[in-house]
Amino acid sequence: MANNIKILTEHINTPGIETFEVYRKTGGYNAVEKAIKKMSPDEIVEEVKKSGIRGRGGAGFPMGMKWSFLAKPEGVPRYLVCNADESEPGTFKDHYLMKSIPHLLIEGMIVSSYALGANKSFIYVRGELMYVVRILEKAIEEAKAAGFLGKNILGSGYDLELVVQPGGGAYICGEETALLESLEGKRGNPRNKPPFPAVKGLYQSPTVVNNVESIANTPWVINHGGDEYAKIGIGRSTGTKLISASGHIKNPGVYEITLGLPVDEFMNSDQYLGGVRDGHYLKAVVAGGSSVPILPAHLFYKTANGEDRLMSYESLSDGGFPTGTMLGSGGFIAMDETTCIVRNTWNFSRFYHHESCGQCSPCREGTGWMEKVLHRIEHGHGTMSDIDLLVDVSKKIEGNTICPLGDAAAWPVASAIRHFRDEFEWHIKHPNEATKPGAVFMGAEILA
Amino acid sequence: MENEVPLIKVTIDGQEIRVPVGSTIMEAARQIGPSVAPPAMCYYKPLQGSGGKCRACLVKVMAGSEKDPRPMPKLVASCITGAQDGMVVENFTNPEVVEARKGVVEFLLINHPLDCPVCDQAGECHLQDFAFENGVGEKRFVEEKRTFEPEDIGDKVQLHMNRCILCYRCVYTANQLTEKRVHGVMGRGDHAQISTYIKNSLESDFYGNVIDVCPVGALTDKTYRFKSRVWFSKPVDAHCDCDKCSGKVQIWYKGDEVIRVTARKNQWGEVEDFICNTCRFEKKKTSDWVIEGPSKIARNSVIAQNKYGLNQGKKPEYALNYAATNFKKIDDSREYNQNLDQIKKSEDYKALMQKNDKFFSKEKSLK
Repeated sequence: MANNIKILTEHINTPGIETFEVYRKTGGYNAVEKAIKKMSPDEIVEEVKKSGIRGRGGAGFPMGMKWSFLAKPEGVPRYLVCNADESEPGTFKDHYLMKSIPHLLIEGMIVSSYALGANKSFIYVRGELMYVVRILEKAIEEAKAAGFLGKNILGSGYDLELVVQPGGGAYICGEETALLESLEGKRGNPRNKPPFPAVKGLYQSPTVVNNVESIANTPWVINHGGDEYAKIGIGRSTGTKLISASGHIKNPGVYEITLGLPVDEFMNSDQYLGGVRDGHYLKAVVAGGSSVPILPAHLFYKTANGEDRLMSYESLSDGGFPTGTMLGSGGFIAMDETTCIVRNTWNFSRFYHHESCGQCSPCREGTGWMEKVLHRIEHGHGTMSDIDLLVDVSKKIEGNTICPLGDAAAWPVASAIRHFRDEFEWHIKHPNEATKPGAVFMGAEILA
Repeated sequence: MENEVPLIKVTIDGQEIRVPVGSTIMEAARQIGPSVAPPAMCYYKPLQGSGGKCRACLVKVMAGSEKDPRPMPKLVASCITGAQDGMVVENFTNPEVVEARKGVVEFLLINHPLDCPVCDQAGECHLQDFAFENGVGEKRFVEEKRTFEPEDIGDKVQLHMNRCILCYRCVYTANQLTEKRVHGVMGRGDHAQISTYIKNSLESDFYGNVIDVCPVGALTDKTYRFKSRVWFSKPVDAHCDCDKCSGKVQIWYKGDEVIRVTARKNQWGEVEDFICNTCRFEKKKTSDWVIEGPSKIARNSVIAQNKYGLNQGKKPEYALNYAATNFKKIDDSREYNQNLDQIKKSEDYKALMQKNDKFFSKEKSLK
């Protein structure tokens, strides 16, 4: 099995890769040449469809399908928007990709825009990453000077203007319709759907919003063909995925893995994370960024049927939420036994309370409520009924909101209670011990 | 006839209706009547773009359409979801919807002060109705509510941000009726607030309408506040010759005095014609108006209190007849009092007491 194939990070360690010359020498911008000179936009869409690549931003929606939904009315401009508003706790892959190899994203943007017929495309970068904005702008200038951007690209008559837009630093602007609102200069509130952005998006025109990593994959798909891409990976999880690993592991960082890699190998081999830090053992894992359900260690290595779990969309979500989680955006957080799950859940919950846009009532009020209840439990003032209250509130938020932020706020809380209920109960029954600095529930033997 | 919009069939809570293509589920439900119309806290038909925010109108779509009869996976907001031909919708009959709506009531009341007795909106408050009809009687939120200082926005409008449920209606009103937009939502999450830009005041001939569209007591009329409870005043339809607006208003009498002027509202609490500030704030004499007659008030509205004659207040004849024929007379011969002590000592009584501890707590404390 081609386990070590690198699509995005093959040349990432080449010195000077952020400059146009070095990137061009490593085969960069070949995809632009091939696409614009030899392929029609429909052919590119077809290739992307064949590749089976799924959106890397979290939801995992097939990218080719999304592209084919784009409405194409006459006389209305179409837009491609790259979602680089990566701000989920635990996810930092796009940031790494953009700052290390900005031209890969630019190249991807050019071929994707050409495929979709967009003459103006946007990269919406998270506001905190101003230095990345400058890196991208410099890369755009270089590409423009070389004739790969701007008017009449490579003499084909195709024009493309690429705009880098820093956001204000709100997590909610990573939701695609909120991102479009923000890009239009309005308050970043998610829109009601339908209409979807593919019909009415940016400036009421058909728009495709894709994640940085998804777009960065397209040059490879053009160069090698969609069928070749579909061979990588397992089942419907094709290609490679960037995983940003953090937490109590020996080698934290960004890894490009082939989808279908066994979880055990990813976690424990020295090539990847190298296992949990010495003298400790794994307690829980958040596999795809803070919004996905947390998994305890024993469920993490094995699926519901007792098979080995793989790093793929299907295997991770196996069994639904009772025993599964999601690949999400690839923000892999490992926690060893020194982590207090209650405090961790409170911390996540605090984040979602802070980032809720305040538009629809379940999310606006519910996230704050959950945060307050968790704060109370963590600080030793909880009651047993608070646990059921949290489950009930999370159920009433989930699925009833305009955008997925409500779900993202509800899942971590619901799953933490599902898998670590004894720890919550310990916090409530033993407030004096639980509120000591660094106190962590270690299981029944500690209590006795 | 050719220009007629084709009709589609929608079934809501078992009742069929034909509505024009492009109607939303809410519009279809409202055509059937109040018995199936979902509640709405943010949706306001005259305001373009409103709706979808409060989630009070969530419904379950059991069948998407004739062609694609799959149910929709999530509850949908009926005010923004278009109806399809052959759609089957469940509203009050679906336990999932009822449960979700209870949740919405609870969420909306988390940061809403429960001080209806001192609130000016009481009696005509949409949130009051919504909570009463769809909510539960107990609250589970024990933390502190978020609070704001009362703010002056304009010389005639008072903003009480504490009561606001962020329905955005006033924002849309200000956007769509006035030329210069000076107020909007600041901040985010549960600390988002309606405010004017750096305490600018609202200045426009139509800003008074934000009072009418506000579903709660967050925006109130300074010329009327605390003058009277709404059910002590009598609404009367009237009109005048106004060069700015239609002049069709409702004037509210307390005794012989006009205490306030509002726009006329339809069955769903939506303004029919927006009125100008001159009509609303300045013309407070009977001589300013041509009276058309008493406004229609729903019988079950609290405003209807003391408005009908004595005879109308009596129970209808059929109800009395029904009671007389269908209920048994109370059997007074049973010996309650004599056996009370015996009953109290019995095991059955003790078991019952334990089971219904909550309801018998008063009696228990007497012992």
